[in-house]
Amino acid sequence: MTNEVLLDFNNVTMQFGGVTALSDVSVKIFRGEILGLIGPNGAGKTTCFNVMTGVYQPTQGSVVFNGSDITNLKRFQITQSGIARTFQNIRLFSEMTAVENVMVGADARKTSSIPAALLRTKHQRAEEKESYDRSMELLALMGIADRASDAARNLPYGYQRRLEIARALATEPELLCLDEPAAGFNPAEKQQLNELIFAIRDRGYTILLIEHDMSVVMNVSDRVAVLDFGKKIAEGLPSEVRSNPDVIAAYLGVPDDAA
Amino acid sequence: MPDWLIIRIFWDLTVTGLALGSIYALVALGYTLVYGVLRLINFAHSEIFMVGTFSALIASTQLLNIPMLEDGNYPYRTGAALVFFLVFILLAAMFISGVGAIALERIAYRPLRGNGDAFGAIALAFLTSFVIGLIFVNETKANLIIACVGTAPISYSYLRFFKKGKKAPRLAFLISAIGASTAIAEAVGIWGPNRREQYQTPRILEKKVLFSALGTDVRIDYVIVIVGALLMMTALTLFVNKTKLGRGVRAVAQDAETARILGVNVDLIIVVTFALGGVMAGGAAMLFTMVYDQSRFNIGFILGVKSFTAAVLGGIGNLKGALLGGFMLGLVENYGSALFGGQWKDVIAFVVLLVVLMVRPTGILGESLGRARV
Repeated sequence: MTNEVLLDFNNVTMQFGGVTALSDVSVKIFRGEILGLIGPNGAGKTTCFNVMTGVYQPTQGSVVFNGSDITNLKRFQITQSGIARTFQNIRLFSEMTAVENVMVGADARKTSSIPAALLRTKHQRAEEKESYDRSMELLALMGIADRASDAARNLPYGYQRRLEIARALATEPELLCLDEPAAGFNPAEKQQLNELIFAIRDRGYTILLIEHDMSVVMNVSDRVAVLDFGKKIAEGLPSEVRSNPDVIAAYLGVPDDAA
Repeated sequence: MPDWLIIRIFWDLTVTGLALGSIYALVALGYTLVYGVLRLINFAHSEIFMVGTFSALIASTQLLNIPMLEDGNYPYRTGAALVFFLVFILLAAMFISGVGAIALERIAYRPLRGNGDAFGAIALAFLTSFVIGLIFVNETKANLIIACVGTAPISYSYLRFFKKGKKAPRLAFLISAIGASTAIAEAVGIWGPNRREQYQTPRILEKKVLFSALGTDVRIDYVIVIVGALLMMTALTLFVNKTKLGRGVRAVAQDAETARILGVNVDLIIVVTFALGGVMAGGAAMLFTMVYDQSRFNIGFILGVKSFTAAVLGGIGNLKGALLGGFMLGLVENYGSALFGGQWKDVIAFVVLLVVLMVRPTGILGESLGRARV
């Protein structure tokens, strides 16, 4: 982890009609770290994600990535600038094979033009092979290369989750955003996931992790930020956050006599 | 009827049915591709086919200067000249139809997706002022001048409206499709040199028998149609399965939103999809004019409906389904019209469609809603 700010989420407010989903939230993500973003249901975690990845345009505030403002970019441009994400509910291209799913992500970086694709030029074929090789490599990193040519819908659940991560990595992001990657996992699978996340970080990616499961977040994250009712209530090392009274109150509810 | 005659007719019908079916299949691919990606039934696709037949006609009479002989026929070509002529006409038809399909998307559909650009605004503004001018003046030249003058202010206001990025409801796309279809056909029917009459396309290929098999004489033009169509379909399948853009088309067909987040330029993919459909329709149009030697302003209508039927029959959104549906429809129509008489041809096609949809509502190979198998 360095002191270089990779993503600066700057005083973002997000309103839907009269509902304020995020109010004046600021989070910095440093290059090379694993930042955990936690909070009770409806705290605004996924909204945070959606603003970062351009699904929503914030009502106020800005998102600065790698020194440039990405607040108003289109989604595919945000991906091309280096942010990738997975989904809480798995959204694979179910009729395509595992490796093809990953290749769709890898294609975002490729340059061959339409005429080149039609004529199957040397450049285009080289690119195609490069995409394929890289995709297979990512599947191997995720430990799912053995079923690369199966249709995504036929893969077991754990494979599908890891395939999503492989696909996101294929876009060559600097920041990888994981939305509840441990959902539906048993303890052994969670342990595997932790190791996987470390392996990804060691390859030089910065990771933003949204997670419900405390065992994953607290073990993996370098720092943790906590949202509650659309506001950031704490930020710091996992050990600090764990003992923060506001966080405990948000998660466990404030006892009646203390209120 | 003696047995040998029945068999002979049967194989005759099979050959002509397959030839007709390959044209249906090529056009059906366009319907199915656009449906797979946009969930839109592009009714104006039939007019892209019609434009293709006229491109073939213009390419052969104007660009290649094929002269009409005194008896109303055209001189046959042979050897390399023939191949060059056919390929040139084919490429011209494919190119114009492809460009036409892209223009159609930009003018008739993209503004409705809340994504309108300057090209669409100017084209729509020109059409608007042209149509308004038609109400007052009945002189083509004056009308064009009025249209050009009106384009600037109207396109400015269209563009400002487009900037708001309003998305139209689903039904609007269908209305736009039907409107574009009628407008294109009628424009050719009103301003084309033959108006609403038939055009004869030059017959440069001598339609002699290539070989005889199973008691049937197989004509060369049928062979070219079937083989040409199969080649084009193979090329399309390879493109969709083996290239980056093809993967993009499949990804967008399955989940446009996720594809967008993964860095796929969805607008580009939509353009590619229309272009692919247009190119296939252009190829179909050239093959059609080669076999039937004719075109007309409304030639796309019934053929388009049939091809759409073929796409639904096989399972819309499904490329293999479009091929299967096309060939099936061509054959069934031919056998049916031999059994019951030619006037029942269209009835048979639609009865088959109804029966198949009653048994398999998603078409023979299954359709694509939510699970596109482009």
